[in-house]
Amino acid sequence: MDGTSEVGLRINGKPFSRVIDNRTTLLDLLREQAGVTGPKKGCDHGQCGACTVLLDGDRRVNACLLLAVSLDGADVTTVEGLADGDRLHPVQQAFVDHDGFQCGFCTPGQICSAVAAIAEARAGWPSVVTPPDTPPGPVEPTAAEIRERMSGNLCRCGAYVNIVAAVREVAR
Amino acid sequence: MAGTTRTPTNLTQGAKADAGIGASTLRPDGTLKVTGEFAYSSDMWHEDMLWGFTLRSPHAHARILSVDTSDALAQAGVYAVLTHDDLPTEHKKYGLEFTDTPVLADGVVRHHGEPVALVAADHPETARRAAAKIKVEYEELPVVHDEASALAEDAPLLHPGRDDHHAHEVPHPNIVHRQPIIRGDANAAARRADVIVTGEYEVGMQDQAFLGPESGLAVPGEDGGVDLYVATQWLHSDLRQIAPVLGLPEEKVRMTLSGVGGAFGGREDLSMQIHACLLALRTGKPVKIVYNRFESFFGHVHRHPAKLWYEHGATRDGKLTHMKCRIVLDGGAYASASPAVVGNASSLSVGPYVIEDVEIEAVALYTNNPPCGAMRGFGAVQACFAYEAQMDKVAAELGMDPVEFRQLNAMTQGTIMPTGQVVDSPAPVAELLRRVKALPLPPENQWESAGQTADVRALPGGLSNTTHGEGVVRGVGYAVGIKNVGFSEGFDDYSTARVRLEVVAGEPVATVHTAMAEVGQGGVTVHAQIARTELGVQQVTIHPADTQVGSAGSTSASRQTYMTGGAVKNTCEAVRDKALQLGRRRFGTFHPAWATAELLLEGGKVVTDGGEVLADLADVLGDDVVDLELEFRHRPTEAFDIVTGQGFGHVQYSFAAHRAVVEVDTELGLVKVVELACAQDVGKALNPLSVVGQIQGGTTQGLGLAVMEEIIVDPKSKVRNPSFTDYLIPTILDTPTIPVDVLELADDHAPYGLRGIGEAPTLSSTPAVVSAIRAATGLALKRVPVRPEHITGV
Amino acid sequence: MDFLRPASWEEALAAKAEHPTAVPIAGGTDVMVEINFDHRRPDVLLDLNRIGELHDWEVGEDTVRLGASVSYTRIIENLRSVLPGLATASHTVASPQIRNRGGVGGNLGCASPAGDAHPALLASGCEVEVASVRGTRMIPIDEFYVGVKRNALAPDELIRAIHLPRADGPQQFSKVGTRNAMVIAVCAFGIALHPSTRTVRTGIGSAAPTPIRAKAAEEFLAAALEEGGFWDNGKIIPPAVARQFAELVSGAANPIDDVRGSASYRRHALGVMARRTLGWTWDEYRGNERSARCA
Repeated sequence: MDGTSEVGLRINGKPFSRVIDNRTTLLDLLREQAGVTGPKKGCDHGQCGACTVLLDGDRRVNACLLLAVSLDGADVTTVEGLADGDRLHPVQQAFVDHDGFQCGFCTPGQICSAVAAIAEARAGWPSVVTPPDTPPGPVEPTAAEIRERMSGNLCRCGAYVNIVAAVREVAR
Repeated sequence: MAGTTRTPTNLTQGAKADAGIGASTLRPDGTLKVTGEFAYSSDMWHEDMLWGFTLRSPHAHARILSVDTSDALAQAGVYAVLTHDDLPTEHKKYGLEFTDTPVLADGVVRHHGEPVALVAADHPETARRAAAKIKVEYEELPVVHDEASALAEDAPLLHPGRDDHHAHEVPHPNIVHRQPIIRGDANAAARRADVIVTGEYEVGMQDQAFLGPESGLAVPGEDGGVDLYVATQWLHSDLRQIAPVLGLPEEKVRMTLSGVGGAFGGREDLSMQIHACLLALRTGKPVKIVYNRFESFFGHVHRHPAKLWYEHGATRDGKLTHMKCRIVLDGGAYASASPAVVGNASSLSVGPYVIEDVEIEAVALYTNNPPCGAMRGFGAVQACFAYEAQMDKVAAELGMDPVEFRQLNAMTQGTIMPTGQVVDSPAPVAELLRRVKALPLPPENQWESAGQTADVRALPGGLSNTTHGEGVVRGVGYAVGIKNVGFSEGFDDYSTARVRLEVVAGEPVATVHTAMAEVGQGGVTVHAQIARTELGVQQVTIHPADTQVGSAGSTSASRQTYMTGGAVKNTCEAVRDKALQLGRRRFGTFHPAWATAELLLEGGKVVTDGGEVLADLADVLGDDVVDLELEFRHRPTEAFDIVTGQGFGHVQYSFAAHRAVVEVDTELGLVKVVELACAQDVGKALNPLSVVGQIQGGTTQGLGLAVMEEIIVDPKSKVRNPSFTDYLIPTILDTPTIPVDVLELADDHAPYGLRGIGEAPTLSSTPAVVSAIRAATGLALKRVPVRPEHITGV
Repeated sequence: MDFLRPASWEEALAAKAEHPTAVPIAGGTDVMVEINFDHRRPDVLLDLNRIGELHDWEVGEDTVRLGASVSYTRIIENLRSVLPGLATASHTVASPQIRNRGGVGGNLGCASPAGDAHPALLASGCEVEVASVRGTRMIPIDEFYVGVKRNALAPDELIRAIHLPRADGPQQFSKVGTRNAMVIAVCAFGIALHPSTRTVRTGIGSAAPTPIRAKAAEEFLAAALEEGGFWDNGKIIPPAVARQFAELVSGAANPIDDVRGSASYRRHALGVMARRTLGWTWDEYRGNERSARCA
């Protein structure tokens, strides 16, 4: 072996395959090879959330912590893949309407994270205060729930108050 | 992909006629930002580009005995390796205020992480590995790390032979700048005091921690020049520093602003700009440099850590008699903005209070610690933490309510600053405190819910499940601050705007072109609003910011809406006059009002001040294009006298007040900020939505300084925590609700009466939070960030 | 760097036998940080993601067999009632994104004293199922951590599963960090009451070279509970007993000063967490007993 592998995956619905260095992260593959630069490299170690993408549906992950070669066959959705043609995804529209960002660097990750968080709450994924015996069911999107579920995405401009408002509008 | 595929683009936004100033219009770059299309500096790409990497010093102070680049150069894929010896001209240093910073280390490294050599290679990993093969032999030198070691008899001089403009007046060559301010007679006034309160305070080193690390792309031009796409706060200041090092005339260094992932002061100094250009010119290929988070902590200056000594006196009836203070700022290895930070710290050290007798001294040191410079609040943050702690302490000593005590001593319009400057616009300090105090308090014990376990999200410690209410005590604290707006002390501060008005597809369209760095503050939103208001058009195009137009000054000092906003307004007015001249020429004979009435442009039409429509703007313009570029200046300021500190130093002042409600786990020393309410006078809110966003953002960064953010530098001046694992900034769970009360009292000197707003909320947020923690714990808490150890005492 | 993607457990063991220095990677949330910053440059990475069984769990009558790669998210979602201590700890792990990928196997493989799962694992008294081409063995958690970021695995072994006793009583986990989310532990504490054996187990994180138990504290408490008949009478634990327990927990730690906190603070905080979590678990135990009696 020469330290490279062929990997094939779907990025925003389009197939993409390439022989890559095994060391390549999903984030670098997206940004440097696939030209998908929406996901951002803010810290490169899973501590800021700016690279958050959706894997195989709506499971959110930090693209900087995934080796691309381990994702052969995976389906990756980035912020570029959310809108329906010219119509923004409701979460994107809510971020615009509520001014849920300033510099916007964290926004692609925030939006992907919010899409997943809303899906998780609807699916009844427990939060830190859900008692163990609670039957599964949608979780009421209170501000506290949204804060907990969005706590893996840093925003240095401090647009958090507006992010809560944006996510809440869509989650309702 | 071919050519420079990702470069900044025009932002065009159509909007209703009511989307002028005062409306909460949305960002013209908003859709690009939510779809991932907005091109940040790290997204720039060019065919055949190389990647640059910077080799940095592992030592804080060392002599470089030798550098051997041969192994690095021999590595496949490496195109160039540069050291100090390879610099092309005799200009080998740069700097914002002093030209004291080596482009690459010049035989000595003066701080941990100083750039020593550069590599360009065909892959970032290759560049990084090649850099690791550069052999540098260092001889470590003793470090200067605080005031005592900087001024010791045998202290190594960090910059021997200084020739900067403060060199001849500083008491020691390791002092960058010293600014005393003497007014009245503090000693005599102290004899009138019934109580005298002293305190010693400390502010840790805060980092801007913008999420988009330093990055950019340099593309060599066929004319021997270079095109640079970069995230910065001030294109023309960069240009002034870059061009001489490259040996190029400024017009051959063409800079374009790419998307900026936050700034907060940290992009006022150069980072990778010269390095990328040098590598591009050496290799003849485009070169991209992107710092990672670790490197970013070394790639920009930080907020000055400070030690502050204060003495206040007051009479029994609660009037402040005098103030003495000494503020020592650690400037680190290079000057950066230290002199101006000293000017701010000293001139604003009294806070928004009336004190006629003062003795003030502020200094910045040269040390081997990381260089410090601009960060949101700029010298005023450190002072505000200390004087607000003192206000609480004096009030407690007098047995007075801390808010009433502040209100009793609050400055107003007409107050004379310690610098002798009369505050000549509204200064509603007491009113801001009244407003923030009048807001309802958040309910207590919000973690309790009927019959269920405690909601830890509402408790100190949050998700970490450290308390279910045990040991938790609430505290409420207040603070208010004063910040200057714009560049001070006689600096020729100006902004340029070019505005073009023409008919496109039958409709009048305005294009606004400035060099203003949009860093997220919403300047582009406001420019479009101003153009709509002044020119009565709906369609406004914002041209990418570049150096093909005159300087817009820095996106800092809360100045851009005032200055470049003022420039856009100014130029629009001139464009309007020209358009009306055209109208008079074309249609003047049809209606007498063309000659006699005050004319306006509204809704795409020329109207009289009585509301009568005279013509369509599109018909007035016809095929003509009105295109003007004009400069705008604020009123002149003066330098502070170097002995007395007297002088009309500041353009405008900005005020904000906070009330913090915290809950403290007194046993574990953990803090939950429950609410952080702010009241601020903004003069005129050009965009209320953006105003509130700025206030909430500044408030959040102040919260970070209060309870978590600090770059830790060890006694050998090395940085211990350059990562987001150990340099913590607030998450969404740390950020409380932030009710904002906006006051609009016009400043008649400013465009539209507006007041710069970006920094003031960063000042008072920190001391308000700490005051609330003091109220909860009864502790003195003299240092920020407050660590759990400070609260638990172990 | 070579990248091996075994499709089955047997293939994985064979690969590990052939490349003993290969670094196993599943969620990647620890290993990738080291690779991205070049702190580690493994010759071979062994990707375990294709091995489905590592993502499975099985709840038996007495024990839960937890595949090494079961994500923290799945633990929170599915195992809160049977592994409450581990589920609580899982909820404090980094961020939702990382909890979607990371699992207990990774925490054990890295054996960092700051790993959030360790105190809960120690308190539960679990066993780690490790295997190589030579065979399978069970390592009691008490013998698993052998040094700073070192565990008891032989070079050719891989972690397959964790066998945790189903909770037979209340369990708690608490960690101190200077931020309210996404934070590495300054120190952490886990406690599990085991009414069936009338014992108490503990775990301490980030306060010694390895995760440790506070054995003297456990023994003291078990004796005090026994002596006072507390398991049966369900009375409130006297403050003096709780205090002594907390002091013994503090005393068990051997922390250092670092950028995250001082040694003395860590000791202090462990005592506070020990006292509080004991209170929470005991309240729950008493509540359960009461409702059991009423039923």
